[in-house]
Order: sequence, then structure tokens, then C-alpha cells
Amino acid sequence: MSDKPAEKATPPEPVTGSEDLHATDLDVTEANAYGDTAPVRIGERQGMFGPTKGSDTTGYGGLRTPILFPGAAQKPYGGYFDEVTATLEQALGDTGDTAYGSAIERVVVDRGELTLHVRREALPTVARAMRDDPALRFEICTGVSGVHYPGEVGRELHAVYHLLSITHNRRVRLEVSAPDSDATIPSVVDTWPAADWHERETWDMFGIIFEGHPALTRILMPDDWPGHPQRKDYPLGGIPVEYKGGTVPPPDERRSYN
Amino acid sequence: MATHEETVYEDVPAGEDSPGLDPDLGANDPYATTDADREDGARVFNASGGDWGDLVDEATALHEERIVVNMGPQHPSTHGVLRLILELDGETVTEARAGIGYLHTGIEKNMEYRSWVQGVTFCTRMDYLTPMFQEATYCLGIERLLGIEDKIPERASIIRVLMMELTRINSHLVCLGTGGMELGATTVMTVGFRERERILRIFEAVTGLRMNNAYIRPGGVAQDLPHGCLDQIHATVPELRAGLRELELLLNENPILKGRTKEVGYLDLAGCMALGITGPILRSTGLPHDLRKSQPYCGYETYDFEVVTRTGADAYDRIRIRLDEMYESLKIIEQCVERLKKVHGPVMVEDKKIAWPAQLSVGSDGQGNSLDHIREIMGTSMESLIHHFKLVTEGFRVPAGQAYVPIESPKGELGAHVVSDGGTRPFRAHFRDPSFNNLQAVAALSEGGQVADVIVAVASIDPVMGGVDR
Repeated sequence: MSDKPAEKATPPEPVTGSEDLHATDLDVTEANAYGDTAPVRIGERQGMFGPTKGSDTTGYGGLRTPILFPGAAQKPYGGYFDEVTATLEQALGDTGDTAYGSAIERVVVDRGELTLHVRREALPTVARAMRDDPALRFEICTGVSGVHYPGEVGRELHAVYHLLSITHNRRVRLEVSAPDSDATIPSVVDTWPAADWHERETWDMFGIIFEGHPALTRILMPDDWPGHPQRKDYPLGGIPVEYKGGTVPPPDERRSYN
Repeated sequence: MATHEETVYEDVPAGEDSPGLDPDLGANDPYATTDADREDGARVFNASGGDWGDLVDEATALHEERIVVNMGPQHPSTHGVLRLILELDGETVTEARAGIGYLHTGIEKNMEYRSWVQGVTFCTRMDYLTPMFQEATYCLGIERLLGIEDKIPERASIIRVLMMELTRINSHLVCLGTGGMELGATTVMTVGFRERERILRIFEAVTGLRMNNAYIRPGGVAQDLPHGCLDQIHATVPELRAGLRELELLLNENPILKGRTKEVGYLDLAGCMALGITGPILRSTGLPHDLRKSQPYCGYETYDFEVVTRTGADAYDRIRIRLDEMYESLKIIEQCVERLKKVHGPVMVEDKKIAWPAQLSVGSDGQGNSLDHIREIMGTSMESLIHHFKLVTEGFRVPAGQAYVPIESPKGELGAHVVSDGGTRPFRAHFRDPSFNNLQAVAALSEGGQVADVIVAVASIDPVMGGVDR
């Protein structure tokens, strides 16, 4: 995000004049919503070959490389993505807290998929617009998937919504982030009742509190389970297994090259 | 009448009768304090008073029999370990809730600790009736992340389609078979499982396993079809057709089945949309939504088949849709066989940094890596050995990003949200299982019906708890 420039990697190729281009295109949009095409840093990788167990004898142990996710895309996005974003911009308007420029933090087009990073406070409004606008009409929220990025400070927990429009045969991904210290995201059950169990699962697995959910309880784990198992700081668990004289350590203690 | 607030009893000294007794009973009260109690100094309390009497009167006056029944998680009619909590008014279900999580095995978490290829062996075990579909959507996601979607050999894609359509029939047969058994029709079950056996035999010949095949791999499939496999499939298709015909004769016009399933488990299009329902339930409302047609993958756009829809939106129509879909799948299978006779070549992507290095073969001492490959890595090429070792133990790296490539599983939209941080393991692999989503419709499908209709409604969703709980 552009409000945390310290986390940014240097853009590989600064696009000259991109601010001006967007200023003429969307004079109402805040520049930071679009301008930052630099890849987003979500973490850091250490060493070159990936082993984490034992001492590193390669000499590359001190190497630190950022893990970069694709940054904001530049218009035109291609395909139906331009139409979707333009319609959403129209639907959200240009004033108030949920104006397009402030509601949509970043538009990412990567591998033929459109991802709209939505500011969490604006999620209910964006969701309603995505469902109800005749030109958008994303009737189905196929699910909520949580992702835990411990290395993305201030935006550790992500909730990822995959939307499907049967009317227009389109797909869009909404991505909302919340900091670990305040893991709340507004619920979209009001808009898509189907998100009910998916949000419960994401709460269960990641500890994201979906505010406004009718009954946010654990769904897969037992009610009295401590912790949220899919978070990266939650151990996998497991015991060593003996087989034919050898001992196989649990998967998270085996040598790996990740 | 005395209300709870008004009736406050002081503790009575030992030896005295406790208050709250029905004064009309007098000495006939069997629960009253007896002389023996008085001798022992025991104090007797009777549960009465308060507003209990009012509640009893009210319930008697209304003639209501409201009870909460817990059905499952171990119940033969709940498709595995599904727990249903039903509030009953007599025989009528007034509220139904589904409780899940009894088969949660943490597959998604485990996949984060294995290489990308090993993940296939995990996700295949989710919905154990549709193993090929989890493998396919997971591998399609990885291939999108790797940017090799258009480099998958044609033969691999055809084999994928072939295996997926066989799995679709397999899954539908179990759905109808177990569904029939839940209605008391054992013959439907025996016929369904007999026909399924033919498909499992093909799976066994191709993948070595009947279930949990781990056959579709990132970049292609694990192994080309064995010799004689196409003939086997070619011979099986007419047998399956005959078996399906037998099922149709058993089911379609069966008055008992129609009586049990017609207008039962009704869910209209608006309900399906709100609850995100896909698959046969959605198609039973008349909407021809099928990802194989609307967002084709693996070359489905080149096959000739129809999307089956009906308009009854009830359990009966879902059965008929599944039956008709199996015929459509057979059509696709025949087209696959014809194509596989003409299209030869590799079944794995050419990029040696991704493709699995070894092929399997059956030797005198059982199945293992092919002797040619062993000879090469052990005898002739040190580089091949290193390459084999690196790729098998370490795996390949997948560029950072995320992908979601949904496919049409027999139960609806199945998709894997795969996230990579550029490493050799999935950073996150989340499966959107259709059964998980569709089970949310239990309340809408069964409330207002009879207890027996709940079984039919749940069977018409066709949930598999392995996929629901993952």
C-alpha cells in the first residue's frame, strides 16, 4: 500500500507520467488508489536455496529477497475488467466515505484475474453495489478464503471473496485486509447469505471477526478449541513416526527447501 | 394463578413437610415426606410450584408436541458424519440446522507443509467420490500460477476430461445408490454400486488405485493410459448404458420414489442464488448454468454435450438430472476415446523443471520407476540423477501470486484458491467445496416438511462430508 512506502520494493520500471494520466482519467480519484504500480511486498525470503533446518553452509544464508505480489494494474485492464471497474465507480459515486477512490485501495490484474482490494469499512457498500447494479450483478459469492500474511505488517489477515456473475458470466475477486491487532471485517451475509458458513470457517481458521454476522461460531473445529489453526503461527503438530528402524519426524520438522 | 416471582418459599425446618405439595393429594402423595424421613431428619423437596403448572397447562391446551431431535453425526441416512438438529412439531420439521466438522482433517493446513505436487495426494482425499475434480482444479490453479496453461499437451487434457467424466458418473451413481438406500430401495443401491465398480476397474487400470488416485498432476497427468485401456473403456460404455437404463427403469416412474421425492426439498432459483447453490440443485430450477459450457477449461468447449435442466426444483428432478447427466458424460467419454486414438504424444508439460522426471512401470518385483529411467540416472547421467533428486525432494518453485480456477464438479462449483509466495509449497490452498456451500440449504429444503423428507432433501444435495469438512 502506498501509505506504507517503507514496505515497498523499488518499482522495476517507474512509469513516467502515470500520475498525470490518471489525474485526467479520474480527476475524482485519489492518486494513491491507482498510482502505485510497484509490486506489493508481503514478506521476505532468507537464503537462496530454501532450507530452514540446520546451519546454512552455502554462503548465501544472509541473502534476503522480498516476496512480491503483483502491484496495481494500469488502465486499460483489458477484457471486461474495465467495464466492471467503471460501472462500480459509477455505482459508488465520488463523494463520501465509500467513494470509489477511497473504497478501492488497489486494482490488480494478474494472470487474467481481476482483484479489487477493498478498504474494509467500505466492504458492505461495495458488496451491495456488486450484487445489485444491473451491469455488475454478481449474484453469487462462491466463498470466502482467508489468507494469513504474517510478513505484511498492518495487513496480516486477508479475506478473499470470489464473486460470480451468472448473468454476465464474469468473475471478480474482492480482497479485504485487517491488521492482526484489530482482526475485524464487516460481514457480507446481509448481501450474500451464502457467505454465512464461509465466514464462520474463516473465523474458525484465521480468527477474523466478521462484524454483523448473525452467529459467528466455530464450524469445523470444536467449540472450545483454542487458537485458529490456519494461521501461520499455529503449529501443524504431529509426532515422529518409527518405521523399520528409522524415525520420520513430523512434516513441519522435516528438512525442506521452501 | 401463582407466578414464579410471587412464589417464594422459605426454607422449612427439618421434620416439617416441604411446601409446594398438591394439597388435594393429602396423604396420597407418593412423594410426600414419610415418617421414616422424619425419623432420619431427611428433608424432602418436591419440584412443583413456580410457573411450571402454567407451562404444563399451556402445552396441554395447545396440543403441541415440540421436541428437538439430534440426528447424527452417526446415522445411516445422513451421508457420513453430518449432524442434523431438528425441531419437530409432531412429524413436521419446524427448524433444521446442520452441524458439521466431524470429519475435519486439516488437509488445507497439511498441504502448506508439502510440495506442490504432493498437494495432489492430499486434495484428492477431500471429497472422496470426486477425487479427480479436486486434483484438476488444484492443478489448473497451479498451472495458471506457473503460466503454463496453454502448454499442457492435448493428450493430457483429453485424459483429464475422460477421467473427470468417469468420476462424474461414479459420483452420481453413489448419490443415487445411497439416496435410494436411504429411501429403502436396496436394489437401487446394488445396481448403482455394481455399475460404479466398472468405473473403478478403469481407474484401477489407469491410476493403480480405485479412489484417491492422485493421477492429475501439475503439468499434465501422472502416467499415460496403459495398453488396452481404450478398449476396456470402449467395452465398458455400453455396459454402463445398460446399467443406467436399469436404474432409470427402477427410478423414473417408480410410484414410491415419486411419492417420496416429488415436490420435496423444493428450492427455487431465488433461493439458489441467495445461498450460492450450484450444480444439479441449481439446474433443477431451469437455469442451465454449467461451468463446462460457460467458462470452459481443459477444452470442454470442443466436446458435444448438453446441459441437462428441469424445472421442478425438487428432489425428483435432481435425481432425473443426475441420471441424464450420466448419459451426457458417456457421450463425452466416447468422444474422448475417439480423440485419444488419434492424438498421441506426451501427457506431461515439456518443461523439465516442472514435469515429474520418472515414469512408473510394473516389474517382476512390483510397481516402481521405469527401468530405463533408473538406468539413466544410476548409470549414464549424473545430471539426470541430480535433476531427479532436486525435483522429487525439493519440488519446483511457483511464482508468487494467487489463482482460482473453478470447475464443474458433480455437485456444483468446485474451486481451489491457491496462493504462492514463490516457494516450493503452497502458501495457502483453500478449496471451495460445493457440498460445504450447498449444505447451507438444509434449512430451506427441509423446514415445513416431514422428518422423512429431511432424508430426501439431504440426499438431493448429495453432500460428501470428506469434502465439506476437509
